[in-house]
Amino acid sequence: MTFPILSSVVWLPIAGGVALLVLGQQRAALVRWVALLVSAATFVISLPLATGFQAGTAVMQFVERAAWIPALSADYALGVDGIAMPLIVLTAFLTPLVVLAGWKVIHDRVPEYFAAFLIMEGLMIGVFAAMDALLFYVFWEAMLIPMFLIIGIWGGPRRVYATIKFFLYTFLGSVFMLVALIYMYMQAGDWEISALHALPLDLDAQKLIFIAFLLAFAVKVPMFPVHTWLPDAHVEAPTGGSVILAAILLKLGGYGFLRFSLPIAPDASAYFADMMVVLSLIAVVYIGLVALVQRDMKKLIAYSSIAHMGFVTLGFFLMYSIRAETGGLEGALLGLQGAMVQMVSHGFISAALFLCVGVMYDRVHSREIADYGGVVHTMPKFAGFMVLFAMANAGLPATSGFVGEFMVIVASFNASVWIAGLAALTLITGAAYTLWMVKRVIYGPVGNDKVAALADLDRREFLILALLALGVLILGLWPAPLTGAMDATLDHLISLATASKL
Amino acid sequence: MTGSMPFAMPEMMLALPEMVLLGAVSLVLMVDIFLSDRQRHWTYLLSLLSLVAVAAVTVTTAVGSPEITFSGNFVRDPMGDALKLVSYLIVGVVFLYSRPYLVERGLLRGEFFVLGLFALLGMMVLISAHHFLTVYLGLELLSLSLYAMVAFDRDSSEASEAAMKYFVLGALASGTLLYGISILYGITGSLELGEVARGVAARGVGDIPVLLGLAFIIVGVSFKLGAVPFHMWLPDVYQGAPTATTLFIGSAPKLAAFALMMRVLVEGLGDVQSAWADILTLLAVLSMVLGNLAAIAQTCIKRMLAYSTISHVGFLILGFLPGTSAGYATAMFYTVTYVLMATGAFGVVLLLSHAGKDVDALDDFKGLSRSSPFAAAIMGLLMFGMAGVPPMVGFQAKLLVIRSALDADLTWLALVAVAMSVVGAYYYLRVVKLMYFDRSDEPLEAQGAWDRRAVLAANGLIVLALGIFPAGLLALCVRVV
Repeated sequence: MTFPILSSVVWLPIAGGVALLVLGQQRAALVRWVALLVSAATFVISLPLATGFQAGTAVMQFVERAAWIPALSADYALGVDGIAMPLIVLTAFLTPLVVLAGWKVIHDRVPEYFAAFLIMEGLMIGVFAAMDALLFYVFWEAMLIPMFLIIGIWGGPRRVYATIKFFLYTFLGSVFMLVALIYMYMQAGDWEISALHALPLDLDAQKLIFIAFLLAFAVKVPMFPVHTWLPDAHVEAPTGGSVILAAILLKLGGYGFLRFSLPIAPDASAYFADMMVVLSLIAVVYIGLVALVQRDMKKLIAYSSIAHMGFVTLGFFLMYSIRAETGGLEGALLGLQGAMVQMVSHGFISAALFLCVGVMYDRVHSREIADYGGVVHTMPKFAGFMVLFAMANAGLPATSGFVGEFMVIVASFNASVWIAGLAALTLITGAAYTLWMVKRVIYGPVGNDKVAALADLDRREFLILALLALGVLILGLWPAPLTGAMDATLDHLISLATASKL
Repeated sequence: MTGSMPFAMPEMMLALPEMVLLGAVSLVLMVDIFLSDRQRHWTYLLSLLSLVAVAAVTVTTAVGSPEITFSGNFVRDPMGDALKLVSYLIVGVVFLYSRPYLVERGLLRGEFFVLGLFALLGMMVLISAHHFLTVYLGLELLSLSLYAMVAFDRDSSEASEAAMKYFVLGALASGTLLYGISILYGITGSLELGEVARGVAARGVGDIPVLLGLAFIIVGVSFKLGAVPFHMWLPDVYQGAPTATTLFIGSAPKLAAFALMMRVLVEGLGDVQSAWADILTLLAVLSMVLGNLAAIAQTCIKRMLAYSTISHVGFLILGFLPGTSAGYATAMFYTVTYVLMATGAFGVVLLLSHAGKDVDALDDFKGLSRSSPFAAAIMGLLMFGMAGVPPMVGFQAKLLVIRSALDADLTWLALVAVAMSVVGAYYYLRVVKLMYFDRSDEPLEAQGAWDRRAVLAANGLIVLALGIFPAGLLALCVRVV
């Protein structure tokens, strides 16, 4: 029997989280080290998923299977393909950084804080790895509990409002998915996701199922117009919470579209593709403009996340527009690849930007842009990182932010010049809101006494930001390993998503 | 001798658990008389011992398939055995949670345990009923014991008021049920459930007298369940009764109510399932909607849990709608898991009610996670469980009954159910919010000896454990129903 990598990366952090709770507040110093150790170990264990991954095939790998609820024919089935693997490794990579980010800042209920993040990590990886729809749903919903507590306990002043809004929004979104899943289970007699892919469904059923999934995934992504929970949750969440929210949680929505909506309801996806493209473009253009006028840095990055995720959903649904326009599927793969690269890249960039804001917030206790100015004079090292990440956020070539957006824009030319043109507006708005923020925060004369008293990055902060900078640059300069791992899976996905079930 | 039935000696062994319990209760009652107040813990210990003895007897005499005896009055079947065993466990846990509460209020009298055990006996008779008379007998023994338990704190005017309400409305419901039974007796000429089933089957779904009898029976059953619109007594009784009694009413009797539905509706009136399923659909919708919406407005924890019960009854009913044994199994799973959660939730309320102060307002839970992380964590698990958030067992239960609703081709009802579960999540989350996000100047301290804490911890963890590993309990429910 081979070593169960996937079970380990799911359950090790969860077990570690429970262990932290047992250690208790009295041993806070030990708790921090155990949390770091567990999350680092999880990352190390997850690496063979990337190195041992067989590119060039769409079948599930590292599969583990055991009977779970025989009466419902639900299995404990884990496995990864080219979509899930990068997201799992990303999750495992970011969690140690989140632990480090909370190292000195969190004094209140230390074990609970780190336990919540470790348990979150296990659950998120479980979502990406689940091959059984019921198991997927259990992980998907269980995630809400730690996130609810993270925002509600360690968040900002309006944390209670934000966290209840977050919980109810996402809960409402996902219960309808549950009904759809049960319905399909009753048709297929199995919870296996691949069995659901093969399940024949008529157009009406597909439409309803698509809408049920849309409610769940659109809220998570989040897509316009169900995005309003995100700025609230982001602003009120502690830094680590914002990082996990932006970097991983939003990706779950995108992942859901790829794993469920497109292959299970291909005809409904085609039917609703225009709507999805329009909503994505609204996110890209309109939310980009909304980001421009924000005064709160976290809010700005939150809106920027929504705009960037608009690219992801655009990339997903471009294939239908391309097919409608050209009759072929040229560019479809490029769009999907771009969307996936954008998801991973946004994981790095948004995490980095939120951590940057966290670094400043820890010193000044303000997120208002107006409270800063001339930070470069007192924090030169920090300013260097911040500018790099800002450039990446604006889509500068050679950073990861460029690759995904460029691929999606190029792909969208196959569908329509108009789509491409509107999507390309992001190059202007993205640069505008990001760079304007950088200008006001980093450059100019020293804004006030607090800024004048700032101390530059310590080694811990430097390490966190340096690792993320490395990720942004590597992915920007050499995305081929990532796209190579995904290609076969995405090809297979396109064939599923464009084959009519009618 | 034509015309008269030959007298058959009943199979006494089948009713041995009931007989043992009856003997044990009498013994407890007698012993209690000779105990001084300081020795009252012997009553408690003897009561627990009785439960253990009855459980042992039930297990050793368990049957593999239904066996009917006492001239068709009494049935012993695996479902009944399973429900009884869970009832013993729950009643034992209830006694354990309640004792310190009773001691502190000077309410620790033997009658509480004796009445509780008599109520249990009523549940057992009800669970094993195969005859309308036995149904009624069990139901009344249960109800009368509960009325007395509600009024247990004689000096409390709220408790007396609640007991009066409960008694008057309960008597009305019993009367309605009896009236329905008498109509069916008039039609079929029998009170034995098998005979009634045959008589009803011969007449069919569209038969007006059958439907009339059915309607009255459903009113009676719904009252006992607490389904809207027959729920009025429930919030008042839950709030007015001493918390220990509320815990009792809110837990094990739900199992008996499930058995009541199984015996009367499924076994007795199974052939007109389509008729009662329509009525139950309506009751389910009303209960889910009203229970959840009204719970939001509550400021008293006991009242909130009362409305939460009403909403859960609505969910539980979904399991009866497809009219298949798979559906009934989901209802049983839902009932058992709900009872576990309700027992724990009231157990936490009891744990926090000490030194003369009853936890009443929701706001009392403010800051609990700081003053008593243990109680807060258990309550948190239970609240997420009741909200139906995985990995708690409440999710699996919800999943199963929603499947039953879809099985019955009631997609709209499944959608109503999940929408209402989101509404429900709001008020369960509010408890978590109060405990974890808010601070209080005078937070509650949880007190309690190790035994109560250990059982409470087990109670909370089982809600989690059954959510992750539901296969065993589900398989059991499928097997016995």
